[in-house]
Amino acid sequence: MKKYISDWRIKENIVLGDKYFLLKLCLEKSLPKILPGQFVQVKMQDSENTFLRRPISVHYVINNELWLLIKIVGKGTYKLSKIQPNEYLNLIYPLGNGFSVPSDFSKNKKIFLIGGGIGIAPLLYLGYYLKNLNFDPIFLLGLKTENDLLQLSEFRRHGTVYITTENGMLGEKGFVTDHSLLFTVNVNFIYACGPIPMMISVAKYAKKYNIQCEVSLENRMACGFGVCLCCIEKTKQGNICICKKGPVININKLKWQI
Amino acid sequence: MANLNISINKLKFKNPVLAASGTFGYGIEYSDFIDLSQIGGFFVKGTTVNQMEGNNYPRIIETSSGMLNSVGLQNKGVDHFINNIYPKIKNIRTNIMVNISGSTIKEYIICAEKINELEKIPAIELNISCPNMKYGGIDFGSNCYSASKVVNAVRKVYHKLLIVKLSPNVTDITKIAKAVEEKGADAISLINTLIGMAINIEDKKPILSTVTGGLSGPCIKPIALRMVWQTYKAVKIPIIGLGGISNFKDAIEFILAGATAIQVGTYNFIDPTISLKIINGINEYLDKKNLKSVKELVGKLIF
Ligand SMILES: Cc1cc2nc3c(=O)[nH]c(=O)nc-3n(C[C@H](O)[C@H](O)[C@H](O)COP(=O)(O)OP(=O)(O)OC[C@H]3O[C@@H](n4cnc5c(N)ncnc54)[C@H](O)[C@@H]3O)c2cc1C
Ligand SMILES: Cc1cc2nc3c(=O)[nH]c(=O)nc-3n(C[C@H](O)[C@H](O)[C@H](O)COP(=O)(O)O)c2cc1C
Ligand code: FES
Repeated sequence: MKKYISDWRIKENIVLGDKYFLLKLCLEKSLPKILPGQFVQVKMQDSENTFLRRPISVHYVINNELWLLIKIVGKGTYKLSKIQPNEYLNLIYPLGNGFSVPSDFSKNKKIFLIGGGIGIAPLLYLGYYLKNLNFDPIFLLGLKTENDLLQLSEFRRHGTVYITTENGMLGEKGFVTDHSLLFTVNVNFIYACGPIPMMISVAKYAKKYNIQCEVSLENRMACGFGVCLCCIEKTKQGNICICKKGPVININKLKWQI
Repeated sequence: MANLNISINKLKFKNPVLAASGTFGYGIEYSDFIDLSQIGGFFVKGTTVNQMEGNNYPRIIETSSGMLNSVGLQNKGVDHFINNIYPKIKNIRTNIMVNISGSTIKEYIICAEKINELEKIPAIELNISCPNMKYGGIDFGSNCYSASKVVNAVRKVYHKLLIVKLSPNVTDITKIAKAVEEKGADAISLINTLIGMAINIEDKKPILSTVTGGLSGPCIKPIALRMVWQTYKAVKIPIIGLGGISNFKDAIEFILAGATAIQVGTYNFIDPTISLKIINGINEYLDKKNLKSVKELVGKLIF
């Protein structure tokens, strides 16, 4: 897919709790095709302290708008959280391969989109995409507490939403991979994104029940477009660059101990 | 419009702005962002005789104004380059040069012989300075004896433009530069990355899988510039300067210090169109200073 580099105008910066925020960016022209699971490389201001671009997943795309859902974890994401409407961010996009939608998907298949923490970010656009193809995606979102209610109403527009919280204040108590639904319905396909331990337990579950499963990885990157060879993951086919052959990858290709 | 043409021996470059090995892939990765025929040339990823898997993950950590990497020359080997990549890039209308590495002199020779056969590759850049190789690599560049030996051996089998890329991780760069000049190097590129390190204080472990890695980006520019200046005074062959260049002003500084051409490395990751901006910037600078050619600027530091 052709890659672009341009300045996007910030339309809105919405605070979501104390750790998360949602950036709505727009281009004055129409957007190229962007697939769910792809990401963008965000150029940072103050390059002395935040030298490299920051990789962020596509959260949602609508008309000429791109949404990014971001968690503040360090200096770069903190700086991004302070950006104001009408300022500009330079992005390289769209990057990576995106989630695959197998052609043998039939309408009554149970497709699970499992997210943990900020890992829910790429799942909204995937849900929208699947819904448009007439599937009925099931979101299973694992949050730390009820305060992390990120974009729930948006998720509900595109599928059925189930939640777990670690403190049990909302949905079922525990981790996503403990959710009772996983043990009562016949799951046909899983897309997962979240912390590595979470994705490993999803992968174990998928393997045990012989379910097709794709995960989205967050390897450390420099370029984001396949030239520096920094973001490698060992796979059964040798080293691959996650920014190019990922970030989405089928668990069968990984060398995880599952 | 000033004249940006330069030449190194008989090889002509439409301008002095080149892209550095390991930061530019095989060029085509940048074709969505820039018209490759507008840059002076590029150096493809370090190529070795045999396929190399490179080092383990993590291979990267950001630093103040730069980054540390320990990629370790991951590549599919020279035959793969010749059979699968060269046919796809050979018609790009700029100078495509191959950066080669080895862990023995024999490996350098085999690589150089094979690349010598490629019609559309007018030059090689001998990397005698990669800090991410377990065996060899750095050793060749770190003393005059081994540097001379490898350059001498490659010079015998390679008949086009031979550029030698030096390591900054030495006590006196001018000694190595003179040694490779004497053995027939046509030009010198400097600098490669500086060896550095980063530690995670929570688990008290090094961040890179290899413990140490190569530091690059704007943070190394003052050192690179100083080395270009010292080397310019020590040798007669042309110098290609690099290390932390991120805008046209940096490029002009290197040229004033004695570089005939410059390379942009890490900054390509931040702005894949930076080389074109640098070319424009040099042009405007020359016009402003009433200079007709970029050649008039080489080594013209006033002091
Ligand atoms: C493909 C991909 C998609 C991502 N999507 C999102 C998203 O939608 N929303 C979101 O909030 N975060 C996302 N991340 C993680 C995000 O890139 C990091 O949280 C962010 O780079 C941290 O930057 P910082 O300056 O705040 O942290 P610092 O720790 O100060 O960053 C230092 C360096 O480490 C890198 N880094 C730190 N944490 C991560 C991480 N988890 N993954 C990769 N690199 C990291 C930074 O990019 C930077 O180079 C994604 C990562 C990848 C690789
Ligand atoms: C990710 C990465 C990979 C590199 N790989 C090579 C290589 O294969 N061969 C080589 O001679 N130099 C390699 N280099 C060094 C660069 O070509 C350059 O000498 C160095 O980064 C300093 O320039 P810069 O600060 O502009 O990046 C690499 C640098 C980086 C950051
Ligand atoms: S981040 Fe550079 S190759 Fe993937």
